[in-house]
Formats: sequence, structure tokens, C-alpha cells
Amino acid sequence: MADTVTAKPGGSTRATSTTLSSRLATWAVVALIDVAVVWFVSRLLPLGFLPLAGVVVAVALFVNVVLLLQKAYPIRWMVVGLVLMTMFTLYPIVFTVWVAFTNYGEAHLITKQQAINQILQVTYLPETGRSYTWTAFQSPDGDYALWVIDTDGQGFLAVPGQALSQPQPGEAGLGPLDAKGIPQTIEGYARLNVFQAATDQNLTRILFGAAGQTIQVRSPQEAAELLPRYLYDPGQDAMIDQETGTAYVNLRGTFTSSTGQELRPGFIEAIQFANFREFFTSPALRGPLVSILVWNFGFALFSLVLNFSLGLAIAVLFNDPRFPFKKLIRSLLILPYTVPALITILIWRGMLNPELGVIDRVLESLFGWAPPWFTDPTWAKVAILLVNLWLSYPYFMLICSGALQSIPDELFAAAQVDGASPWQQFWQITLPLLLVAVGPLLIASFTFNFNNFNLIYLFNAGGPPMAGTPTPAGHTDILISYVYNLAFSGSRGVNYGFAAAITIIIFFIVGTITLFQFRLTRTWEAVSENV
Amino acid sequence: MSNRAALERLRTPVGFSRAAGLGLRLVVAAILILFSVFPILWMLSASLNPTGSLATQSLIPANPSLANYETLLTSGEFPFWMWFGNSLKVSITTSVLSLSITTIAAYAFSRFRFRGRQTMLRGILLLQVFPALLALVAVFLMISQIGEVIPFLDLDTHGGLILVYLGGAMGINIWLMKGYLDTVPREIDESAKVEGASDWQIFTQLVLPLLRPILIVIAIINYIGTYGEFVLARVLLRSNETYTLMVGLQIFAGAQFQQRWGVFAAGALLGALPIMILYLALQDQIVGGLTQGAVKG
Repeated sequence: MADTVTAKPGGSTRATSTTLSSRLATWAVVALIDVAVVWFVSRLLPLGFLPLAGVVVAVALFVNVVLLLQKAYPIRWMVVGLVLMTMFTLYPIVFTVWVAFTNYGEAHLITKQQAINQILQVTYLPETGRSYTWTAFQSPDGDYALWVIDTDGQGFLAVPGQALSQPQPGEAGLGPLDAKGIPQTIEGYARLNVFQAATDQNLTRILFGAAGQTIQVRSPQEAAELLPRYLYDPGQDAMIDQETGTAYVNLRGTFTSSTGQELRPGFIEAIQFANFREFFTSPALRGPLVSILVWNFGFALFSLVLNFSLGLAIAVLFNDPRFPFKKLIRSLLILPYTVPALITILIWRGMLNPELGVIDRVLESLFGWAPPWFTDPTWAKVAILLVNLWLSYPYFMLICSGALQSIPDELFAAAQVDGASPWQQFWQITLPLLLVAVGPLLIASFTFNFNNFNLIYLFNAGGPPMAGTPTPAGHTDILISYVYNLAFSGSRGVNYGFAAAITIIIFFIVGTITLFQFRLTRTWEAVSENV
Repeated sequence: MSNRAALERLRTPVGFSRAAGLGLRLVVAAILILFSVFPILWMLSASLNPTGSLATQSLIPANPSLANYETLLTSGEFPFWMWFGNSLKVSITTSVLSLSITTIAAYAFSRFRFRGRQTMLRGILLLQVFPALLALVAVFLMISQIGEVIPFLDLDTHGGLILVYLGGAMGINIWLMKGYLDTVPREIDESAKVEGASDWQIFTQLVLPLLRPILIVIAIINYIGTYGEFVLARVLLRSNETYTLMVGLQIFAGAQFQQRWGVFAAGALLGALPIMILYLALQDQIVGGLTQGAVKG
């Protein structure tokens, strides 16, 4: 890093004085990186990990440019962070965006080519197809050969990948025939007895004979000339059933007949905006989605108001240097903030447990009734707000007391001279100025809670469940926890595509708020400078 | 101090004596402290209750004992030390590496002027607000594929987990750090430059020592964040030997929450203790960092 080029005027003169040795060092580093990348990619390609290899190559090219181009000097300082960010933040996001425009999910997990290949494996016995009795032979290497006899008593040798042949004893290593017309030996193979052949798992899977006209073992008695049942017609983008002539046309990643019959498996296919359309228009989803959205905004907003109010109240109440035990009280009050959230949420889950938890047992003994925190939708929401209040008020207390210190004393002095009451002073001086200072943090907190997956997931996983929804949804689910169920719950209808589409919608909501925050931060900064 | 006086009046209705106001506030403080401390006390009491189940717990255990702690630290049922050690290893490594990446990058953002600088800064922040939950699928695939070639970055390794954590190093902290760097006078750099110092020398020898307070804050915030993270860790780690404490606690809680409540509480308390101590000891510095823009996540 000895070569110094800043983008500022004056720095450029020093660019020319870059020493040879430092340039050599740069070249050495670049060469080393490139060798490592080539090795890594050459190992990835045979494994078939093409997208990952593509990302690695792209990132490596970027690193080369940055290290070799003098103009990119400032980027060198952040290249490690950018590379990691590209690989583990940016690329997964690109992947999510891609998934949002596909039907990726249950029954649509493989590529189209893989699906076609699987469907092509299906065979049927055509009416004109011939059937045979068979005897199996196995080589020491595990290769198989069949001796088949057709209904006319003609014997044939069938080997995978070769057309049927009709060798006589003595030809092609054939031994003498037995009473049934079956060769007693074939050179290089051992004859399997009926029991061995019937229990051999591999036999039924092997296609004997030349491609397109193959013989397959169907039962211990019968081997038959089976044909592929379906053929792919690229013109119609359809699988044609050879037995019935039915065309199964590709419909959103599933080959479907005109009567609605589907061929499995389906495959991943781009479906443009269908996921988004479904989000906004599907009548089955509208019920749960509307209630989830309303609660999502309500939860974020209520949490913000409650947590901020309590934090602010405490900050104002104890904003007094002469207050006794100030430091001790503050330390005790921020305790909730110091415990990892996972632990506190699980502890609250235990305390609010309806039969065994301490809170309900106390309320029960006092009033003979306790709120059903986990089974009643409204009380579940109250419980979540309560837990979140406990988790977050210390944060607001801390930032508010910090901001209170920064409000100039003269303002209050002036207000007092003008005869403003304490109440007026609070609403007209303290609060507006405080909001200027902590406003951006409030917005950040709103967006954080908007996606507060940990709280919902750990506390009650979105429960209690809503009845009769097409995909799992609960009364306290917010969008992000609903997305989690869609993508990972694995019970009903895993649908990555739809989950990804909702993720993008969430991103637009949160991103808009964040951009608004940028603007506001600048405006508020300007305001506070004027004060 | 006149605003203190004003605020004093705001909180003290006319006619109340100052002593009464103070008394009232002490009562309020007591109630609030009860609210904030109760769950922690309850956790402590659960951990000391030898019968160890949620149903039999009362706030003051009938015959307190350290039986749960003994189970925790000596039996294999809850391998506390192993999980705790894993957590320390992962979060300290992540915190230190991420701090280095962030600081060097933030220095460039603060000191150099180049095209796309504002756009990059905003882009980095916008990337952070993308809900990363679904990206887990891609992250999982990537790590499993990388692991085929480089075994120590595979699934179920701490290397892979740390690598993914570092992918988020250029996050919100870069803004925090840049904001702080912007307050370090540029004249320091300029004068050193005249003397012929390189940017790297200026950064390491002049600027870095001035950054010590914010470095500590960001390192601690990083450390606490990583220590408490469980979603990624849960997806990438899959065996008892590699679990971090948070993953272990969550799995333990899922499996036998109500019966082994005492052991869980003991483990949770011991696990939370280092973070609590860190917070309380450094609360002034951390508060300073928080008010500059970091949100606990």
C-alpha cells in the first residue's frame, strides 16, 4: 500500500514516483490471487456449481481491476469488505430476486431439462410390443446380459446398448443350449438361477437392446419391449403421451393436459409477475395477508410509541444530576438491554406460560383469571408488545437521556422568562428538539421492528394459527415470519417463489422508509444547526 | 443548569415540596426497577430451584441449591463449556476481522473523494435493510458448495459461519465509523502528507490511535451482535460439537423446555453474564456509540 495516489490534486505528482518495488509487490499479490481463483474455479466447474463459479470469476476480475488500475486506488481500501459483501450479501439478494419471478417451491425444485429427463424414463408396453421369457447372466464386473425367448420360441441375446442378436452355440462365447433352449454358459458371464434373478434389484432398471427399442424385465416371467411413454415436442413445448396421443403442455412449470392432468415432476420456470399478482389479487390469500399487514404496521408503530414513551418518560424523570443513586438506578434499568434477546424472549415465554408460568399463576390466585397469552389472538399481541417493551425501552431511555443533555439550557431560561408552564416547555421545547436528535433512530427502530423476526419466531412462532388459510399463518405473524413459514416450515405448500416475492415487497416498504430517513436526517440536521 | 430547574418544575406540580417530588420519583423508580429486574431474578431463582421444572418454581426456591449448575457444567446433557467456547471463538474472530475491514474502508470513505462515493455509501445501507431471511437459501447453497472444495469453510464449520458473518461487515458500522472519522480534523493528515508520509502511514500511525474509543464501541457492539445471533448459525451449524451457545440454548429450549427449566435458566444466565458485565462496565462508551446511530439487532 505504499503507492500513494489520492484523487485530490497534488496527490497526482506522487503517483508518478511510485517505486518499482511496490509495483512488483502489487503484481505478485494479483498473481497469487489469480492462481488461487483459477484453482478454486477449476475445482468448482467439474462439480457443476456454475453460478458460484460465475460469481467467483466476476469478483476476481473486479479485484484485478481494482488492484491494477491506479484510478481505483480508494477502492483498494475497501476491497476485502466489498468482495465479502458481494458474495454473501449481494449475491444471495440477487438470487432471492430471481426466485421471486419463478415458481421455485414444492413440486418445482429441479430444472426443466432434469424434469424432462425424468419423464422420458417412463415406459409403456405398446400393443405391438413383443414379450419374452428371460434368463439373466451376470459378469464379475456386474454387467448383465439377458437371454430372451419370444413367443415363437426364437432365442436372442440382449445386452445393454446393442441391438438384439441371435448367435448360435459356439458363436459369441455361447455354450450349448439346454432343454428349454437357454445357453448353459456364456463366456464372461455366470448364469443366475431363478431365485437370484428374481431378487436382483438392478435387473428391472436396466434397458437391454439398442436405444429406442429396448427390452426391460417386467416380472420374473416376462421381459417386454417397452417404449418411452412420453416424447418431448419442443415445438409445442409439450410432452406427448405415445399411448393415448394426449399432449401435456407446459403450464407454469408443469406439463398439463387439456383436462387438467399433470405430469410429475414439475420444474422451475420463470413466471414473470405471477407471484406479485397473487400477492395483490388472490382472494384466498387476501384474508390472512391483510390481517398480517395491518398487524405488521400496527406492531411496529405501537412498539415504537410505547417503547419510546416509556424510555423518554424515564429519561425526563431522572434527568437530574442530584438524583440519588442515579448511576445504580440506570444500571438496573438497562439490565434488560444487556441480556441477549434470544434468552430474554425464551424467559418471557416461560414466565407467560398459561398453566405453569409465574405471571399467570399469580394473576390466577389474585383474580381467579389470567390472560390466555398464547391462545387468544388479542392477548398474544399484547404479550408481544409487552415483551418488546421490556426488551427495548432501555435503548430509548439511553438515547433520550443522551439527547436531553444536548438541549441548551438558555432555551428553558428564556421560556421561563416568558412564563411558559413546565407542561408547555415539555411539548414546545423538549419534545421537538429531542425528536430532531433522535428522529432518525426512531425511524431505524421502526424498520427494525417491522422485520423483528426473532421476537415473533422465538416467542410464539406467529401463533395462534389462523383457521382455514391456504398456507400456514398465525394471528401474530408479521410478513417476515409469514415468509419464513412459506419458505422453510415444510408442512404445507413450501413456496420459495412466493416467499421471495413477499421479501421484495417488504424490501420496498422498508427501503422507502429508509430513503425517507436519509432525506429527513439531512433536513433535521439543517434544522438543528439553525437552532 | 436552568433547564434542570425547569424540568424540575415540570415534574413537580405546584404545591409539592421537593422532598415529596423526590420520594414520588423514587417510588416510580422502584416500580420500574422491579419491571426490569424481575425476569432476571426469576431466571436466577429458576436456576437455583433443584426440582428444575417450570411448574414447581416459586420466586424464592424452597431449598435453593446449585444442582442445576452442577448438571450444566459437569454432565454431558448440556455441554455448556463447549458451546460457550464456540460462541467466544466465533464472535471474537468475527468482531476483530469485521472491525479491521470496516475501519480501513471507512477511512477511505471519509478521506478520499472518488466517483460513486455517495452512491456506494447509500447502497451499502440499503443492502442492509433487505430482509436477509430468504437469502439464507442461497447462503446455505454457497457454503455447501464452497465446502466441497475448501473443507474448513464447509457447512457445520465455524470457518464457514464466520465467512458469512463477515459478508455483513460493511454494514451500518461503516456509517458509524465514517461519522466518527469525519470529526477527526483533516489538518492532521495534511500536515503529515507534507512531511512525506504515505496514506497507510497516516492511517496506522496518526489516525488509528485517535480512534480508540469508537473502535472499542464498535468491537463490543459487533461482539454482542454476533454472540446473540442464532438464525444463520442454526442453519449453517448442524452438530452438537459446533453449536454456538445461542443455538444450543434454542434447541435445548425447544426440546425440553418445561421439564429441564432449571438447567436452561442456569445456562441462559451463565451465557448472558459476560455480555451483561461488558455492557454495565462500558455503558457510557456504548451509549455514546448508540446515540450516533447503531441499533441493537
